[in-house]
Amino acid sequence: MKIFYSKKYRAESHYGGNMKEMMQGNSAIARGAWEAGVKIATAYPGTPSSEILQEIASNYPEIYAEWSPNEKVAVEVASGAAIAGARAMASMKHVGLNVASDPFMTLAYTGIKGGLVILVADDPNAYSSQNEQDSRNWARFGKAPMLEPADAQECKDFIKIAFEISERFDTPVLVRTETRVAHTDSPVVLEERKESPTPLGLDRKDAPKYTMVPINVRVRRKIVEERMKKLEAYADTFKYNTMEINSREIGVITSGVSYLYTKEVFPQYSYLKLGMVWPLPKKTIANFYKKVKKVIVVEELDPFLETEIKALGYKAFHGKDLIPNMYELSPEIVEKSLKGKAYKPPKVRVKQDDLPKRPPNMCAGCSHRPLFYALKKLGAFVFGDIGCYTLGTAPPLQAVHTTICMGASIGGAHGAMKALGSDGLGKVCAVIGDSTFLHGGVGPLMDVVYNKGNSTTIILDNRITGMTGHQDHPGTGFTVRMEPTHAIDYEELGKALGVKSIRKIYPYNIQQTMEVVKEEMEKDEPSLIICENSPCIMLRRAKPMEKFAHPVYTINKEKCRGCKMCLEIGCPAISWEEEEGMSVDGHKRKGTVFINKDMCVGCEVCAQICKFEAIIPGTK
Amino acid sequence: MKKTKKTIKKPVKKAIKKPVKKVQEDGKTVNIFLSGVGGQGTILASNILAEVFFKAGYDIKKSEVHGMAQRGGDVTTHFRFGKKVYSPLIKYGDVDFLLSFEFLEALRYINWIKPTGKILINKQEIYPPAVNLGMAQYPGGVEEIFKKFFKENVYVINGQEIARNLGNVQAANVVLIGAFSNFFPEVKEEQWIEAIKGLLAPKLHDLNVRAFTEGRKAL
Repeated sequence: MKIFYSKKYRAESHYGGNMKEMMQGNSAIARGAWEAGVKIATAYPGTPSSEILQEIASNYPEIYAEWSPNEKVAVEVASGAAIAGARAMASMKHVGLNVASDPFMTLAYTGIKGGLVILVADDPNAYSSQNEQDSRNWARFGKAPMLEPADAQECKDFIKIAFEISERFDTPVLVRTETRVAHTDSPVVLEERKESPTPLGLDRKDAPKYTMVPINVRVRRKIVEERMKKLEAYADTFKYNTMEINSREIGVITSGVSYLYTKEVFPQYSYLKLGMVWPLPKKTIANFYKKVKKVIVVEELDPFLETEIKALGYKAFHGKDLIPNMYELSPEIVEKSLKGKAYKPPKVRVKQDDLPKRPPNMCAGCSHRPLFYALKKLGAFVFGDIGCYTLGTAPPLQAVHTTICMGASIGGAHGAMKALGSDGLGKVCAVIGDSTFLHGGVGPLMDVVYNKGNSTTIILDNRITGMTGHQDHPGTGFTVRMEPTHAIDYEELGKALGVKSIRKIYPYNIQQTMEVVKEEMEKDEPSLIICENSPCIMLRRAKPMEKFAHPVYTINKEKCRGCKMCLEIGCPAISWEEEEGMSVDGHKRKGTVFINKDMCVGCEVCAQICKFEAIIPGTK
Repeated sequence: MKKTKKTIKKPVKKAIKKPVKKVQEDGKTVNIFLSGVGGQGTILASNILAEVFFKAGYDIKKSEVHGMAQRGGDVTTHFRFGKKVYSPLIKYGDVDFLLSFEFLEALRYINWIKPTGKILINKQEIYPPAVNLGMAQYPGGVEEIFKKFFKENVYVINGQEIARNLGNVQAANVVLIGAFSNFFPEVKEEQWIEAIKGLLAPKLHDLNVRAFTEGRKAL
């Protein structure tokens, strides 16, 4: 995660002048925003960007910080602050910019007054995402400049310079990181905060600049193109587009973390490292081509730079013909790709394919587990969504059958029901987490009611944004700075949208859950089921274990028949021990199960499944 | 070859250096790989390493992958220090030191280690889901496999047992760091303890300092 400095150490470093500190890329971005005089910071959590706003909220009281309900709102709030003259930053993961693309694409037309930076964090290899899109394409598409830092120091520096560019060229600026930049700690030189020179205030005379009706759009459209020309010229003077001439033979054009990997394995090559990946510095590139005989373009994901460089009329000696265009790069992938047969891999001592994998799993005691077990028993086709509960798709539960994007479960189930007609009744439902529902699920639920649908929506309310590491949202009752605030009541919201059939379930009661879900799926009208008293098992403030009658469950070895039914829920606390034998009532068995006391929280789910009363309360 | 620079490089400010003998005299980057299972405290362990070598004046890169879930998945950290460190990731096959918190997670990275690498493994087995379900076998004889390839450079200690004797099994990660610190004789004990105190709340100092010193003695 992040370095948890003691408070004293933090305070010293925070106000200590030009000292150096170890910082994660995301912490350096927060620091950069603070030093740049940012007044407003907004975000919706998403790996690998979530720590940025948390850092701002905990360390930099000069900045107003908020978790917005989604990325579109985050950018809109930041843009309003920027139009009022403040420096503002919205941060999000790559797919978040898809959500926020609507305001972003038009803000490139209106421009801003105070600096506006949109931080977008890519996830090559999709470690924690539903795709691995390359956000650099947004810069070209949206006609806005984009900077790409390689390490924590650059994260801080680039954020600061991004605000200068934003104000100088009257444009939103994109700053792109990716997992290995966002989550790598490296030394950063700390500087003081400087307030922005732009005065605060709104002026009604600016309306034509910010009101994108056709007559104004056409005026701004031209300004966008003129601005891009100016930015192209600026790119040639940009001090973080750096050239290192070593070899006259081979030069590499690259950016961000790809530079670090390549430099690591080929220190002898020459480099043109682009700190600004859009627009490209045409003269600098021409100059580089004069200095080296052959140019290789090394970049992660899409051939973004390569395509543009080729379009300028240059040849790339190598590029995506050798460097993979998918998954993340690494030093050995760059080396292997460029060396080809000359690459000698290290000796294989143990074949890794033979080792059991260790995929992430829902926690012991997680409230999603009994719900998914119930849905599996009902044989439902489950439209899933984005969150921890996506893990319900893994064996042995295999109870989630789609995952597309934030909020897609509800619309998906509605569409499927419209397609299937009465054949779908009793067979389909949507599951969506509380944070995801508020992010993108309210609109689709409105649609179900408005268009006379009959699908069933289950809100898996665990009282927090779980997967990204516990961030508050409009349903939790707390702001990012833990100030108490209004908490949305999902039942009232459902009523207001027009849902008539609203039920509440306690998911830890499997029998009752199955009955309610079955009834609602069979109803020929929109249904909303809300999980209650089911907070995330890791959310201490909600006291998630208090409701359980016993602290832990254990196996009665005499009664266990080794039927493996309890293994069907995939609880990490339950394991199988092979040993032929017999239960006390004379049933042959190939082994018994075992409950890990340290992991079990006493949720009683397995005990409800055991038909032989072999799972009994125990003591810690 | 002529070396030219087109643009002005930003001024590099040096960290406040402590009087410490260089761990690596030749200025080469040292690669430490940490592996374990979510919830084992690998992150605190890598933060202690980062503090120690950062304070000693090195350039550092420490990179973690945050998995999807809070717990249960495998956790790895690439930690590199040296005069100037570029890549945040260690190159496959270039690991100098492996610190693993669990047998299977040690075995998973055995091919990453240099033939001369040193290895410290915590004596613990945590079964992954496939093993829990009886669908896969947990690998046996991990210590022997390592010794076959790395001979006397393999060390195994029981971090939990030592920590439990100190009154808190949670401190097993610091016990391991204590044992691991023996691989760097140039770094003084006080520097490690200072780093631990710097990273933890005062009420945890006593336990963790004891955990460190016990671990340091265990090897």
